[in-house]
Amino acid sequence: MRGWAASMYFNWDEAGAAMVLADVLEARRTMRVLVIEDDRETAHFLQKSLKESGHSADVAGDGETGLEMAQSNTYDILIIDRMLPRLDGLTVVKTLRTEGDRTPVLILSALGDVDDRVKGLRAGGDDYLTKPYAYTELLARIEALARRAVPEEQETRYAVGDLVLDRLSHRVTRAGEPIQLQPREYRLLEYLMKNAGQVVTRTMLLENVWDYHFDPQTNVIDVHVSRLRSKIDKGFDRPLLHTVRGAGYMVRDGAV
Amino acid sequence: MTALSDLVFKTMATQAFRLAAASAAAFLVVSALIVGTLFWQTNTLLTDHVVDELRGEAAELAREATGSDPVAFAERIRLRSLTTGSSLYFLSDSAGKKLAGNLRSVPPEIADSRTGGVIRFERDGDPLGIERTGVAIPVTVGSSQRLFIGRDIEEQLALAARIKRTFLWGFGALAFAAVIAGIAVGRSVLHRIETINATTRSIMAGDLSRRIPVKGSNDELDELAQSLNGMLDRIEQLMNGLREVSDNIAHDLKTPLNRLRNSAEAALRDSRGEEAYREGLEATIEKADDLIKTFNALLLIARLEAGVVEESAEEFDLGRLVCDVAELYEPVAEEAGLALTIEAEDGIRIRANRQLVGQAVANLADNAIKYSAQTARGPAPAVVSVKAGRNGASAQFSVADRGPGIDAKDRDRALRRFVRLEKSRTQPGTGLGLSLVAAVARLHHGAVRLEDNDPGLRVVVTLPLAAQTN
Repeated sequence: MRGWAASMYFNWDEAGAAMVLADVLEARRTMRVLVIEDDRETAHFLQKSLKESGHSADVAGDGETGLEMAQSNTYDILIIDRMLPRLDGLTVVKTLRTEGDRTPVLILSALGDVDDRVKGLRAGGDDYLTKPYAYTELLARIEALARRAVPEEQETRYAVGDLVLDRLSHRVTRAGEPIQLQPREYRLLEYLMKNAGQVVTRTMLLENVWDYHFDPQTNVIDVHVSRLRSKIDKGFDRPLLHTVRGAGYMVRDGAV
Repeated sequence: MTALSDLVFKTMATQAFRLAAASAAAFLVVSALIVGTLFWQTNTLLTDHVVDELRGEAAELAREATGSDPVAFAERIRLRSLTTGSSLYFLSDSAGKKLAGNLRSVPPEIADSRTGGVIRFERDGDPLGIERTGVAIPVTVGSSQRLFIGRDIEEQLALAARIKRTFLWGFGALAFAAVIAGIAVGRSVLHRIETINATTRSIMAGDLSRRIPVKGSNDELDELAQSLNGMLDRIEQLMNGLREVSDNIAHDLKTPLNRLRNSAEAALRDSRGEEAYREGLEATIEKADDLIKTFNALLLIARLEAGVVEESAEEFDLGRLVCDVAELYEPVAEEAGLALTIEAEDGIRIRANRQLVGQAVANLADNAIKYSAQTARGPAPAVVSVKAGRNGASAQFSVADRGPGIDAKDRDRALRRFVRLEKSRTQPGTGLGLSLVAAVARLHHGAVRLEDNDPGLRVVVTLPLAAQTN
């Protein structure tokens, strides 16, 4: 585990993105995931990938089985496909919610209609991902969801290494030195620090910091992150804002 | 012969002919009734007149006979008989011997009748002995004599016959005209419908450019032809659109698919082994992501063109959204050596899907930056100008650049799905940016206009303002 952050940021080519990601993920807390998906290959792929990422995954092939499994077991997260045989995904979510089950749900859908996301979230889903998706995107999202579900007291202060963000005064300091940030940069950093130690994808940033659910064509997020990085990491030996290649970004103090 | 009978049969089978025939039949029945009534009325009038006259004379003679001597009465009848005219008399004694009158004998038809009737008679003085028709009634003139008086009705009969003939001829002419008119109408309608049929068949056979000829008479068939032509225009337009889209899909999806396949193949052949495989796989994923982007944009446009977004529509401030999105692109513009200016009015409330409108602004900003970047090396930094404001009763936002612009003749085409003008074929992008903007505008009952920014392009999007609510 030693030196993983360094390899992640500086020695990309030697370590390889997947390896680095695997390293990062190994350091995580293990999650128990239920995948309700009728396509066997997709389900198998998810199960295998989640296992490789250090999580355990159960698979249900239809809505009824999925609902039963969700009711009789405790999961950290549910990944539910919208279109399922016997009982459709949205009904499964609605049923669980009316029973008071608050387990975070990520809805997967091959539909991409304008209203689909709204419908999915209204049914009680916590996040919505349209097929086809990148596995790294899915992983980052369910980890963020699982973390959100853990009841946390409203933190007024985020600290990663010597970088401190005070949510009450909106002040950011690094090693005691104040850093001037634009409002948007502040919110970007706030979101990254809230998910410190976790991969945050570009889409997640776009959705959570800007509240946009569309494809921005160019990698606008990269430009914003690199500006933020120049403000918080420039002139310091230890970078805190890392690029996780093929996935997104992460704020983490390597030495912790 | 078969051709003729075929035509007759076809004509008779048309709805128009059937209608014409039915109306002709109804017309004939009505005119027969009218003609019949007229004839009957005329006839009755003529007959009644004669009969009334006869009765009057009979009453007069009956009065005269009662007060006078039979010989003198016979003399009076003889005198009356001498006057030329249509009056007929026959006086006999009780044995039947003729005493006076211009009839040769008692007409047998009424010899025993008390009321009289139609008779065939010969005049007493008629040397030719022509038998004529008349009416006669008996007159009571005491027991010693018998008197019949009558009228020659040959002339009335001739008049009646002439009237009858005239009526019948007229009726015949009417019937003939009605049938001819029916056939003519049937044939002309049949001919025009046959034209429509023939055109339709050749269109079904694949010639979508054919149109039904319009006679210019502005009648129902012309109207039908015009409606059908309008429908055909729309279908042809859609077919062309579809063809263009599939051609472009073929180009825009096949090319990257092919590149993806090539890079996978190249990696597989690479002798460096694992490292090369990894690079190849990464490149493959990247290319697949691009494909997915194109595909998603395509699906989104198709759905926008089909659907409504009531559920996800919300009221928001257009100016703020435009500012927000433009700010997202500001650093990108700056890195490309461009200045991005933003001007937005306050309080432009619109009701729309915020994400879609945001996407539209983003696409325009992205395009503007992409195309201006080529010309940004000029002396002054090129400017991308983003504005939001009101235009009369509409909300409006625009993105203007100093790029190469779009020729006036290409502007309409540029808004269509998948159209990438030749110049930009080599540029990165899905080619769907502008068409998506157009689809978003259409979905919200707005419009997109491409204008000359001299130099450069200005894209103006108008959207309806949110209805005033309290």
